[in-house]
Amino acid sequence: MIPVQGLLYMSSALCSLGVYGMLTRRNAIGMLLSIELILNAAALNFVVFGRAYHQVQAQAFALFIIALAACEAVVGLAIIIGLTRSAKTVYADEATQLKG
Amino acid sequence: MVVWVGFAGLALLAALWVVTLRNLFRAALSLGLVLMAIAGLFILLEAEFLAFVQILVYVGAILTLVVFAIMLTAKLQIAPSVPASIQAVPAAAVSLGLFITLVSVTRSVAWPPTSMGEAVPLATLGQQLVTTLVLPFEVISLVFVASLVGAISLAAGRQGRPSTRATDVSTPAAS
Repeated sequence: MIPVQGLLYMSSALCSLGVYGMLTRRNAIGMLLSIELILNAAALNFVVFGRAYHQVQAQAFALFIIALAACEAVVGLAIIIGLTRSAKTVYADEATQLKG
Repeated sequence: MVVWVGFAGLALLAALWVVTLRNLFRAALSLGLVLMAIAGLFILLEAEFLAFVQILVYVGAILTLVVFAIMLTAKLQIAPSVPASIQAVPAAAVSLGLFITLVSVTRSVAWPPTSMGEAVPLATLGQQLVTTLVLPFEVISLVFVASLVGAISLAAGRQGRPSTRATDVSTPAAS
């Protein structure tokens, strides 16, 4: 027996924690870690429903989510490295070169 | 049921550490704990291949990359006068509201009863990836190439003109 409802609550809590971290972190790398939490909650939902209702494609979409998370982490970290070079900071609210 | 609750509780506790710990390196290691716990849940859901992919790609590649980025920017992360987090109370209100909304929406849905049939075999998953889902598969590969090229061009910077950007930014501010 698969606890669908309990796992839904758990992934909701994981997603909400990710949103909390996204809103409170000043460090851009910390924000990236919170995005990984949100993506993992989504992938967990896909796998739970795929297992409970015998959908073959659910696991494939969870695989796509993991691949997209890898792309997002690579590009995000490249942007952060570029930010440390040009703005000399990793804090998202101190990168104010475009501020009028 | 104990195992389910154990993995879920471990994931939630480590996720709490990810968003609250001030030391970013420890937060990244807690993210590794979250990913391992979710891989455990994947194994309980009989998605073994996904659990292996999760550990290989997430813990093996992404987390290593994040740890490298944290260590590369370690000198810039020392800012003792400013707090590590801002707006904690409004952010907690927003995320709690989101959680309550999600829970209240999903608990009113009567899910059809689940039947423990056969798990999805790995061969079926592979066949789906190259027949029905071939378009998303190819799009993902295109996204991979684009992000690879973009990341290299972003991180490599402009080799021919060193440090012109810093002066460009500071000159109009001074005048």
